[in-house]
Amino acid sequence: MFKFLFERDTWQEVFDSLNKNKLRSILTMVGVWWGILLLIALLGSARGLENSFNRLFGSFATNSVFIWGQSTSKPFKGFQEGKRVRLSLTDAKKVEENIEGIEFVIPRNQNQGLVVRGELSGTFGINGDYPLLDKVQKVNLMHGRFINQNDIDNRKKVAVISESIYKQVFEKDEEAIGELIQINGMNFMVVGLFEDSNINMGPRTEIHIPFTTFQQIYNQGDQIGWMMITGKPEYDIRQIEEDSKLMLKNLNKIHPQDKRAFGSFNLGSEFAKMTGFLTGMQFLTWFVGIATLIAGVFAIGNILLITVKERTKEIGVRRALGATPFEIKRQIVVEAVTLTLIAGFFGIISGGWILIALDSAFGQGPDATIVNASVSIAVVFVAIIILVILGTLIGLIPAFKATSIKPIEALREE
Amino acid sequence: MLTIKKLHKSYPIGDRSLHVLKGIDLSVDEGEMVAIMGSSGSGKSTLLNIIGMLDEADEGEYILDGVTIKNLTEKKAAIYRNKFLGFIFQSFNLINYKTAQENVTLPLYYQGLKRKERQEKSLFHLEKVGLRDWADHHPSELSGGQKQRVAIARALAANPKLLLADEPTGALDTKTSYEIMAFLQQLNDEGKTLLIVTHEEDIANMCKRIVRLKDGVIMEDVKVDQVRAEQYV
Ligand SMILES: Nc1ncnc2c1ncn2[C@@H]1O[C@H](COP(=O)(O)OP(=O)(O)OP(=O)(O)O)[C@@H](O)[C@H]1O
Ligand SMILES: [Mg+2]
Repeated sequence: MFKFLFERDTWQEVFDSLNKNKLRSILTMVGVWWGILLLIALLGSARGLENSFNRLFGSFATNSVFIWGQSTSKPFKGFQEGKRVRLSLTDAKKVEENIEGIEFVIPRNQNQGLVVRGELSGTFGINGDYPLLDKVQKVNLMHGRFINQNDIDNRKKVAVISESIYKQVFEKDEEAIGELIQINGMNFMVVGLFEDSNINMGPRTEIHIPFTTFQQIYNQGDQIGWMMITGKPEYDIRQIEEDSKLMLKNLNKIHPQDKRAFGSFNLGSEFAKMTGFLTGMQFLTWFVGIATLIAGVFAIGNILLITVKERTKEIGVRRALGATPFEIKRQIVVEAVTLTLIAGFFGIISGGWILIALDSAFGQGPDATIVNASVSIAVVFVAIIILVILGTLIGLIPAFKATSIKPIEALREE
Repeated sequence: MLTIKKLHKSYPIGDRSLHVLKGIDLSVDEGEMVAIMGSSGSGKSTLLNIIGMLDEADEGEYILDGVTIKNLTEKKAAIYRNKFLGFIFQSFNLINYKTAQENVTLPLYYQGLKRKERQEKSLFHLEKVGLRDWADHHPSELSGGQKQRVAIARALAANPKLLLADEPTGALDTKTSYEIMAFLQQLNDEGKTLLIVTHEEDIANMCKRIVRLKDGVIMEDVKVDQVRAEQYV
């Protein structure tokens, strides 16, 4: 049945008929070419945006909310409005123990501090952290280790510093791990060096020291700067945020309706907004691409149909010479599929060029808006399958048209 | 070769129908050269097309080479056309974007012959019609007589028993017409059976038998002394 596809004559006939009617062939290909080009370019850039987005947020546990104290906006239980609100370790513990759906709560403290090393110095953000932080905000270590439980238990004077701090207080290529740096006049040993993150949560240049050490040197007592709450994947992080805030208001004698007392940033809902946007965009892209593709293939069908009318006589002659309807249909379908496939391949190639151009324009460097804009082989494969199917179907319309009339009607002089 | 009995054919025109062939009885033996004549609209082409299986009769019997032609599938009809019949048209009906040789090759392609065999056979037949040197030319580069000769070569290519020609000289001047007729006579001499529709008495007299149609019936069917066309060329 498909033996004819491997015969030189079949292709000779198809090539002849396409080649001898160049304008028609080129016109018919433009539609499909455009559809595929759009599909590939749009899908690729959507993927690129998604990649850049994942790169940005990838190091965060996205089902998280950050909460910090501000000041009250309503008087409550004898307290004036404008009371300063400060969270405490006890608050964090209570939230973790009582709110449903919480994976963990991480208290954090933060302060500015002068860091000195020999001649070199700089002012950086100093964070008092628990080892668990690594679970929420992935610390990409280049050398050494992150803070561990031993550091916490013994209030060790150790520091994990970022790449950019290393560059400011160390000489080039100098070994950092095991070296001492001075933070607010106290010696700390550098135990880890991590990559700068792409996303800016707090001061960009950071030092992590053990939470307990921070407590001690800044004389913080029970107070904490903010807490990071991560929900279990199956729980809605917005509900967790509300529950936690209500409980915190209760613990700190704050009016339940007070909107200003606690500030928060819900990474989860921001993330959901963005992923929703991206999903929408992907959907739109498929929709637009496939619609364009179908339009293009229909254009091909239409033009083929016109040319079948034009070629009615030729088809009549072929039939008079002994071509069976199947042979006629076969040829027209093969012509249609060949046209769509050639146009499709050009579309894939030019779509690829557009992605390469996008990549060199927007895809370079760590702050790129489009990262690795690309389409998977699977998508290309699906596109080709769609092309073949549509090409066949669209070829069938003129093919049936061409063979539905008697040969004599095709041959009759106008 | 072929036998036709009580053949009827009507065409629907609006809600009425036009009775074109009203009971044709005709029998043609192998080796005959028959002219079909009649005024315009008398049904000559209709009859020839039914014989050529390009069209179907409404009623009556048609036997070609011992096979009853009735309710053929389009596929069977195509195979018979390819095996038994060669067509020559008034307007040549060559495919414009193919060369003379490619046109001649076409029926051989549908016969399923190998490429090499097709090349050889088509060149042989072009040689026969005296156009071997024109093999690579497109129809637009050929004169009317040359086009018709290419068409004849194409009709001959598949080696059919019966050649059907609908006004083969209708688009040609007298001299060229006689050349074509001389050639058709030569084919007949070699044993081919020919049916030729024509308007012109002189062309008809170059055949061996004249069948005259009028109002859908055969009015006259006579054998004639063949006038040889060579003498006028
Ligand atoms: N497909 C058709 N539909 C309707 N009427 C038709 C059709 N084909 C032929 N006719 C009519 O049938 C009649 C016979 O037509 P036919 O072509 O057989 O005539 P003809 O003898 O070949 O004439 P001419 O010498 O002009 O070629 C004509 O009146 C024609 O109008
Ligand atoms: Mg006629």
